[in-house]
Amino acid sequence: MSIKHSLLALLQESPRYGYQLRGEFEERTGSTWPLNIGQVYTTLDRLERDSLVEKDGDDGEGHLIYSITDAGRAEVMSWFAQPVAATNPPRNELAIKLALALTLADVDVSAVVQAQRSASMKLLQDYTRQRRAAATNAGTQLNGDPGAGDANDAAWLLVLDSLIFTTEAELRWLDHCEGWMAKRAATAAKSMTTAPVAAPSQKFAPADQAVSK
Amino acid sequence: MSNEILQLASVSRTYGEGAMSVAALRNVNLTISAGEFVAVMGPSGSGKSSLLTLAGGLDKATSGEVFVEGTPLGGLSINELARLRRRAVGYVFQDFNLVPTLTASENVALPRELDGTPARKAKRQAKDALRLVGIEDLADRFMDQMSGGQQQRVAIARAIVGQRRLILADEPTGALDSATGDGILEVLRNRAEAGAAVVMVTHEARHAGWADRVVFLKDGRIVDEAASQHDPAVLLAGMGH
Repeated sequence: MSIKHSLLALLQESPRYGYQLRGEFEERTGSTWPLNIGQVYTTLDRLERDSLVEKDGDDGEGHLIYSITDAGRAEVMSWFAQPVAATNPPRNELAIKLALALTLADVDVSAVVQAQRSASMKLLQDYTRQRRAAATNAGTQLNGDPGAGDANDAAWLLVLDSLIFTTEAELRWLDHCEGWMAKRAATAAKSMTTAPVAAPSQKFAPADQAVSK
Repeated sequence: MSNEILQLASVSRTYGEGAMSVAALRNVNLTISAGEFVAVMGPSGSGKSSLLTLAGGLDKATSGEVFVEGTPLGGLSINELARLRRRAVGYVFQDFNLVPTLTASENVALPRELDGTPARKAKRQAKDALRLVGIEDLADRFMDQMSGGQQQRVAIARAIVGQRRLILADEPTGALDSATGDGILEVLRNRAEAGAAVVMVTHEARHAGWADRVVFLKDGRIVDEAASQHDPAVLLAGMGH
């Protein structure tokens, strides 16, 4: 996440001080990615060093106001114009975990998949509930048509949609992994006609996997 | 009235006999209360549809017992079962299953009239049900004058008309685009919040996300459940994911 560009984008709207910037950022993104105030001020220092913002006096209550420079405006425009680069896949702990589980004899991979599926589904349920509440606030119609509600609520809705689709993608990928492993096990069983494949019953399973009663 | 609308107690369903037999459900235990929206997920052949068919009394368990509003289905005659279905169980299918030559309100009133309710009263109940799904103004339309999303609302109205509190939905959004599908999920969610028990089979994780509880089936067994908690602290923890 680019804190630098997010702060510049907010300053393009109007001059602001540090706490205001943090508040605006969190309100518009539904507090999904909390910022600590130290990060905000460190970033403002760097932006000032690079001549993208400048100090603009105080607001009379001791808050130091920052405003954007022309170079800063150009930087924001260029940020919005560029796609987010994904040259290096971000480190995905789940993919790493499954890749390693598949290569280790003592791990019950399908138990790992199911534990993750259950956790991701819970998350998806939580996001969906929040989305429903946010849609009501934003005035979204029952048929899904966006209403003319508050812009910040609308922004929060889109952030929630992003979280929902990402979690959905993870669940689909887990289904894909499970299907692939089942086919692989079937192929292995076919090629080992003399020795049956050992059942994974003695293997490690995640402790927190809740099995329905 | 009991709070437990649907209960499956050690339910198994096996098709065929001997070496050729296939176990569709194995020892399934599941209780669904009034006000609950439960999604059932699992790969093809995991037993999702069998579970729904048994829950609605359209098929009989090989062993174990299915209870609908406390009544065990196993001991009922075919006529008694049909009566219980009309009184207590509503189905929603992917392809709506509505009668094209009837209007929306006639489609909804049909199960009530079949159950002996006078036509005028059935019509009034149909209007009430159509209002609950947000299309009371379309009561006199025929099916070919309605969109897919509107037809599915008619189907949900038919499923809830009268006193029926168990809605069994089989991929109810399967034939609809994403936004229209969300509208249908919203209607089902609202019905659960109004006190119905909703069981929805789906293969779409995003749709299962609307449920209070997600049951995962595999090889005829319930292997896991995901129950969403209403604790805001959990939501915030989830945000750090």
